[in-house]
Amino acid sequence: MAKAGFDYAPAPESRSIVDILPSYGLFVGGEFVDGHGKAFKTVNPASEEVLAEIAEADDHDVDLAVKAARRAHRGWSRMPGSERAKYLYRIARIIAERSRELAVLESIDNGKPIKESRDVDVPIVSAHFFYYAGWADKLRYAGFGEQSLGVAAQVIPWNFPLLMLAWKIAPALACGNTVVLKPAETTPLTALLFAEICQQADLPPGVVNIVTGAGSTGQALVGHPDVDKVAFTGSTEVGKAIARTVAGTDKRVTLELGGKAANIVFDDAPLDQAVEGIVNGIFFNQGHVCCAGSRMLVQESVAEDVLHRLKRRMATLRVGDPLDKNTDVGAINSAEQLLRIRELSDIGEAEGAQRWSAPCELPSHGYWFPPTLFTDVTQAHRIAREEIFGPVLSVLTFRTPAEAVAKANNTPYGLSAGVWTEKGSRILKLANQLRAGVVWANTFNKFDPASPFGGYKESGYGREGGKHGLEAYLR
Amino acid sequence: MLDGMVTTESEVETTSIRDLDVAGSDSSLRRFLHGLPGVDQVGAEQRAAALGTRSIKTSAKAYALDLAISMVDLTTLEGQDTEGKVRSLAAKAMHPDPSDPTCPATAAVCVYPDLVATAKAALGTSGVKVAAVATAFPSGRAAMDIKLADTRDAVEAGADEIDMVIDRGAFLSGRYLEVYEEIAQIREACGSAHLKVILETGELQTYDNVRRASWLAMLAGGHFIKTSTGKIQPAATLPVTLIMLEAVRDFRESTGTMIGVKPAGGIRTAKDAIKFLVTVNEVAGPDWLDPDWFRFGASTLLNDLLMQRIKLSTGRYSGPDYVTVD
Repeated sequence: MAKAGFDYAPAPESRSIVDILPSYGLFVGGEFVDGHGKAFKTVNPASEEVLAEIAEADDHDVDLAVKAARRAHRGWSRMPGSERAKYLYRIARIIAERSRELAVLESIDNGKPIKESRDVDVPIVSAHFFYYAGWADKLRYAGFGEQSLGVAAQVIPWNFPLLMLAWKIAPALACGNTVVLKPAETTPLTALLFAEICQQADLPPGVVNIVTGAGSTGQALVGHPDVDKVAFTGSTEVGKAIARTVAGTDKRVTLELGGKAANIVFDDAPLDQAVEGIVNGIFFNQGHVCCAGSRMLVQESVAEDVLHRLKRRMATLRVGDPLDKNTDVGAINSAEQLLRIRELSDIGEAEGAQRWSAPCELPSHGYWFPPTLFTDVTQAHRIAREEIFGPVLSVLTFRTPAEAVAKANNTPYGLSAGVWTEKGSRILKLANQLRAGVVWANTFNKFDPASPFGGYKESGYGREGGKHGLEAYLR
Repeated sequence: MLDGMVTTESEVETTSIRDLDVAGSDSSLRRFLHGLPGVDQVGAEQRAAALGTRSIKTSAKAYALDLAISMVDLTTLEGQDTEGKVRSLAAKAMHPDPSDPTCPATAAVCVYPDLVATAKAALGTSGVKVAAVATAFPSGRAAMDIKLADTRDAVEAGADEIDMVIDRGAFLSGRYLEVYEEIAQIREACGSAHLKVILETGELQTYDNVRRASWLAMLAGGHFIKTSTGKIQPAATLPVTLIMLEAVRDFRESTGTMIGVKPAGGIRTAKDAIKFLVTVNEVAGPDWLDPDWFRFGASTLLNDLLMQRIKLSTGRYSGPDYVTVD
């Protein structure tokens, strides 16, 4: 038998299921309307192809959207929870029914592999609406009050465009709030398709409004005087700016910001699964994950073995066309993000860390970065402290559990952490010691609508998901 | 095909056992086997499921189907087996698709020891091997001298490969040295025949046990590790095979010796077989994508592989009456 090798032929998911319009307006009061800012283009990061022209909402457009949400709040908040639930269930079902369309569109606009948008993002989006639909008529049992806050201004990032939309909109609506949501500048398309789904579900006009634009639109939205609640997911820098903007007002705020999670591998870990968890932790979604396990802390006694296994595994990652069903790592979302990843990686090298990238051929067009790890990293390196938000892993070692905890906690962030050990008692002890909103044990990047998510320190405040996620939208 | 195996044979005896000198006693074996990294069940099953989502199309599918056919140990292990049945199975093994000479032959025919001579005569010089299940298959519950006699019997009748079962009772009660020595003795009784060691993973229950039994069998000199007899459910699952592929990969890295893997039982569709090949490719590596190093113990699988092969070349799905029932 010739060892020609098992070359997987291209297996592209068809694009024909999605229908991308040449231009999109804003979704205000249940209808698509023109924006009055300077329209911008959204591109496919895998090819740099321009996908559509997107309206930019200026201050006046934002004001109209907030007014529409305010008008709708009157009816929506007084509607019995059981009736609101029907709309949410309907939205959840439509998302499930149109899941392939949403997944393909998400991969085209964001650059993430179709297997992730298909098997992770969109199913969890649907599950999130199902989950919060169930709460809508049971709010009194949650213990956070039964009154909605009013109009929620929600600003979401580009890494999980539709999933972050679901995390924001589902609990807000279940609690009787109305929303004005601004999707990220580089990934507006699935939010606009979601607007269409709201129409399809006969959601009362104004309950969900979507305004597209960049930073200034977001500023206008969170700074709008008639907004009762601000929810933001994104960078710590912007989060701080938002906190400053709303300081001194009576707006409620939740922020879900950056992270620099430690994935701690002990010498008694199930090593093959730990390697899978490390790979999933940092290369899932090209590392564009706020809770990414971007620092691997590995016990010195197994460091060499784990690194060997990790590199071998990384060499099997398939980087390329996001729409190919066999792609493991897709495109970096934007030229700007690619630049930041390159910069920080170069700094890592300049600071003396050893760089290793998986041998893979990168496409000639689009924004790409190979799965990369750095060894000989210390706590003093910038690549061990700053969020790279890309497929770059910093490998550090430790000798004792106490050292592991000290290093894991030695970061301004505190969003997530991972522990790999076969010893149950150690897992429980570390979970108490790690200052992170989520601690995963012998797994990583597991998401469930019933599980609260949020951070310590500069990773933000407030929780999304689960019963805890209702608190931010009730009084 | 034999070249690779000849090298291995000497390596098993010289490198692995001496370098990993762990087989001195039950306790040294225990220390070694229990010192292997554990297997997290959830993680292992998740990895297997992820590999199962690979989409294998067109040229890759054609490659995989032909490779899978060439890896089949076409098996009949029933009380009702007769010489006639074995002869028709042999005919099928040599020419799985009589209408297409480009269709590869299977790797072997797998029978009970008393039918080895029949199979051998029918297969002649075709290159298709004869594998015999021995050692009081499938339960393995017999005295050692009977197991040895069973093995010698099959080898003398012309078996190229012996598929033995381990004593699961001994393994589960921690008598690792007993299992080790049993495998080593059978290996000796095999002479030049190749030894596949059936772990019967359905009875070992945990992935930790599967990993330990795999290492035990490799240390004791097995050429192949095989999941199941096919008589116990569950038989060859993808996660179990994944664990065994990790074991042979790690064993080669520590000893230089390459061991084959044979999932057997329960793999019935071409789609499933392709998932196994993807797992071989991405876990053990492309070196194992070869009938010398990976086999499918199966009977009904072959027809589905053939039907998919015909469909791929003609664009039409002809149905079960267009492949032979044997």
